[in-house]
Order: sequence, then C-alpha cells, then structure tokens
Amino acid sequence: MNFIELQPAEWQALFLTLKVASAALLVALPLAILVAFVLARFKFPGHGIVNALVHLPLVMPPVVTGYVLLLAFGRNGPIGSFLRETFGISFAFNWTGAALAAGVMAFPLLVRPIRLSFEAVDPKLEEAAKSLGAHRLVAFLTVTLPLTLPGILGGAILGFAKAMGEFGATITFVSNIPGETRTLALALYTATQSPSGDLAAFRLTIVATVVAFAALIASEILARHLRKKLGGDYD
Amino acid sequence: MIDVDITGHVGRMELQAQFSAEGGVTSLFGQSGAGKTSLTNMIAGLVRPKTGRISVNGETLFDADRNINLPVQARRIGHVFQDARLFPHLSVKSNLTYARWAGRRQQGRALTEVVELLGLEHLLERKPGTLSGGEKQRVAIGRALLSDPRLLIMDEPLANLDQGRRNDILPYLDRLCADAGIPILYVSHSIEEVARLSQTLVILSDGKTPAFGPVAEMLARTDLGRATGRHEAGALLEGVVKWEDPEWGLTHVDIGGEIMQIPDLPAEPGEAIRLRIRARDVSLALKPPEGLSIRNTLSGKIQSISRETGPYAEILCAVGDQLIRARITRASVVDLQLAIGKPVTVLIKSVAIDRRQRAPAPKA
Repeated sequence: MNFIELQPAEWQALFLTLKVASAALLVALPLAILVAFVLARFKFPGHGIVNALVHLPLVMPPVVTGYVLLLAFGRNGPIGSFLRETFGISFAFNWTGAALAAGVMAFPLLVRPIRLSFEAVDPKLEEAAKSLGAHRLVAFLTVTLPLTLPGILGGAILGFAKAMGEFGATITFVSNIPGETRTLALALYTATQSPSGDLAAFRLTIVATVVAFAALIASEILARHLRKKLGGDYD
Repeated sequence: MIDVDITGHVGRMELQAQFSAEGGVTSLFGQSGAGKTSLTNMIAGLVRPKTGRISVNGETLFDADRNINLPVQARRIGHVFQDARLFPHLSVKSNLTYARWAGRRQQGRALTEVVELLGLEHLLERKPGTLSGGEKQRVAIGRALLSDPRLLIMDEPLANLDQGRRNDILPYLDRLCADAGIPILYVSHSIEEVARLSQTLVILSDGKTPAFGPVAEMLARTDLGRATGRHEAGALLEGVVKWEDPEWGLTHVDIGGEIMQIPDLPAEPGEAIRLRIRARDVSLALKPPEGLSIRNTLSGKIQSISRETGPYAEILCAVGDQLIRARITRASVVDLQLAIGKPVTVLIKSVAIDRRQRAPAPKA
C-alpha cells in the first residue's frame, strides 16, 4: 500500500476545502472592497464602530464567532429562519454554512490591506479623471481600482489562506460532517482523534502545505507582474 | 469669454473675485497664498463658491441664485494641475486619450495634432513614472487639450520645474497660447511668464481681485506695486522685427517709430514679438548722451511719476504709443528736475533683454 496516496475521503476534504474557500472569497471580496473604500475615503459618525465590527472576528475566539453565526443563521435563528422561509436558503449544517463561517473569519484580513492601498491612492487623481469628463464611478473603475489591485491581491491571498484553514467557527457553526462541512482542517483534526489516523494526518499535512505554498508562489508572480504593469511611480 | 463674480472660502482662505476677460490667454497673477488655486478650483467645479456666478463663452457653469452648479465632469474645463496628476498605471498614450475612452469626449482636436504640437511622439508608449518633470507637464497639457474643453486652466504648470526644464517647455507654451483656439486661464506667480503669454491680466491679492485688464496696461500701472512685485516690475512692448544684423548678432525691432536692438533673437522680418522691459533696466537722460555703450536710446515723454517715500521712484514714459516703465532713485528725479510732460531720453541696455524677457506676440 502506498502511504502517500490520498484516500477518497481525503480527496473529498481537499476539494471541499477549495470549494468552500473559493465561494467565501467570491462573496466576501467585493463586499470587502466596498467596506475598505468607505472606511478609507469617508469620515462619518459611526466610522469607528464599523471599523471595530469589521475587525471583531479577528480578535474574538473563533468559537464565539461560530456560536454567534449558529444563533443568527441556525434553523431557528432570526436570519436563518427568515432566509429559509422567504428564499428557501439554509446555511445550517451544509457546505454553504462552512463558506459563510470562512468568509466572516477572513473578512478583516481582506479589508485591511485593501483599505491601506485605497489610502495610498491620491484622491486628486480622481479629480483629474473627472475634469476629463469621467463620471465618478468611471473614474473609480479606471483610476483608483486598478491602482489598488496589488492591495486587493494581497488581501485575497491572505483571506483565501484564512478561509482554507478556518477551524473553530466552522466546527461550531456547521459541525464536522464528512463530504459536507469536513474541510482539510477538520479532517486533520478528526484523523488526530483516531488511534489509527497518524498516516492520514501526515498526508493531510503535506496536502495543506503544498496548497499554501503554491498559492504564495502564484501570488508572488502575479504581484510582480502587476507592479510592472502599474509603473510603480505614484507622483 | 470668461465671466467670474464669486465669493466663497477654502479653509481659512476668504475669496472674493470678480473679473471678465475676452478670449485668448488670461493670466491670474498673484503671490503664493493669494488664493490662485482656490479660485481655479472653484471655476473648475472642485470647490463650491458661496455666492455669485461663473460663465464661460456665455454658458453658465455656476449661479448661486438660480441654483446652477454643474459638476466637474460636465463643465468641459481642461485642467492642467501644478503636479500634473498623470495616471501612473496608464501609458502616455492612454493618458492622452483618457477623455475619449473614459470621459466620452469624442469631439475636438486630433491626437496626432496635439502630439505634434507638444512634441510627444517618442513618449507615447512610456509610463508616467519614467518621464521628466517637463515631459509630465507636456503630457498633462496634451491630455487636457484632448478633452475637447471650452476653457483650459493651467495652474502654474512650470512651478515645479527647474529653470532648464522651464526653458524646454516655454516654446511649447508659446505655440499653444498663440493657436489654442480656446480661452486659456493661466495661473502664475511669475510676472515673466504672465508678460510673455497673456492678453488679459487679473491680479489676485489676499483673496481679492483689485484690478484686471489688458496686460500692457496692467503692467504699466504703478499703483499695483505690492501685488505685482516691485523688484520684477516692468512694461510690455509690442514690436515688429525689421531685420537681423548678422555681423553683430543684433535684431532690429520696430516698436512704433523707434528701433530697438535685441541680441540673439532668431526671428524673421515682419514677425510680431513682445518684449518685457524691466523697470530696473531702464535709465533716463535729459538729452541723448555721447560715448555710451547703451545701444537703445529712445526719445520719450514723462507721463507719470509715482510719489513714494522710499529711495525709489517709478516713472512712466510714453515712447510712440507705448509705455516704458523706469525705476530710478528719488534723488535723480530731483537732480534732473523730472516732471510730467518733460521730454527725456530713455536708455535700455540691449543685454538686459534676454531670452526670458521676450516671446512671439500672442494673436489677439
């Protein structure tokens, strides 16, 4: 028997993890760009509270975040029951719930670098764009957003890594169901709890490391390409 | 045609501006902190004035009473900022055509024409980060010109450049101002730039516009000393090139009856040029002197003598139908018994009229 060969259940965990993390990123990223832009460009009453709310999942114990999600989005939770009755959507104990937990936990890591790079773009460039006839939204899409791409990429990598490795909130919110919510981290935890799981745990560790390493290399290549494309100089 | 009559404030800067100008180049002149950028930002629509009206070529851009306030993107004002503000992620060519593809401004000048006017052919594929300061400004000017503007605002385009770069870009500015075809509002704190480029001068001082009018008339006014800067004060002469003396490298210029000799001025006979004569480079004599190296001796008549308490006096002399401004000591005024109406000989060293004091005359 080949010790290195992944078992079907382990393949399943890997694909599930990629699916959960991708879905989380797909939904959370546009939202994070919006929140980062608002926090970077506008001063309004409650600015500090919004900022604190965004960062809350970063500092709270993940189990607490998972429990809050369970209370809110569970079958009998206020949001959960509303979504089920109106749209027939349920996050409880399925992979979309795992994606929700991963997205919420990754959110602060997405917002932070994106906000920093919005703050680094001179708002006067948008004034110049508008003086050339560009509508506000067009000026944002053609000038500010492209200049923020390195920050968005950085946030996306960080957020994706966080979403892939999420454990505490996921297991609290949607439990540890094989094929549905058992991601790599949960599968690894399960393996360590079994007396004969050492080899499985070893294989999953290798898989997690390879995926993380590949993501980092890819982001580095992309970042270098972007830097060249953006010309670097901001004055 | 620009009409501005507004009040408002930016931060602690209170602004109260009123002027109107025909087409051509209108210079907004004032020292640093006089409110030049605040005023242009209001005209461009980046800052909202409190009261008043702004109109360009008869079209109202702002009217507080009628509640009209066109947004920046609808004003069609090409704005060349002091700091260029090129988009760093776009090539020079994409910067130049930005108004076409992002601003939906399809009309106006052809790209090739503007590229040729500003000498940008070899820069098109470059990124702004690799350009020199002067090149950046030229691209910024081109970008604004290609946005089909009804008015071009140039906010101290030369302020951040060293003298060498300035001299590189001035010929382009001369050409642009001579045949832009649209009114230009040129903001500057350099009387040299203002004198060579503009037809109308608006003086801005402490957020107010104490005077505006034709540039030669404004420069001849001795009551605006503080606002125009005393040290750099001077009058503007319009002239026509008669012939070039190749032996001595002197160009003879007819300034309305009198001839002046200007060194090192490449120009064709018949060409209209503009000379700025600094008041401190002008001397006065009671009769034509002999045995003197000064080559320009013009006969004139004293038109006014400023009454001042310091050591200096500002004298305006009529030479033909133009005015020359002289700055001499009060002691000399008394010694020579100068008085209004007295004929004098006006002496100007040819050497004092260097490259920066002259330009092709702008077309009216």
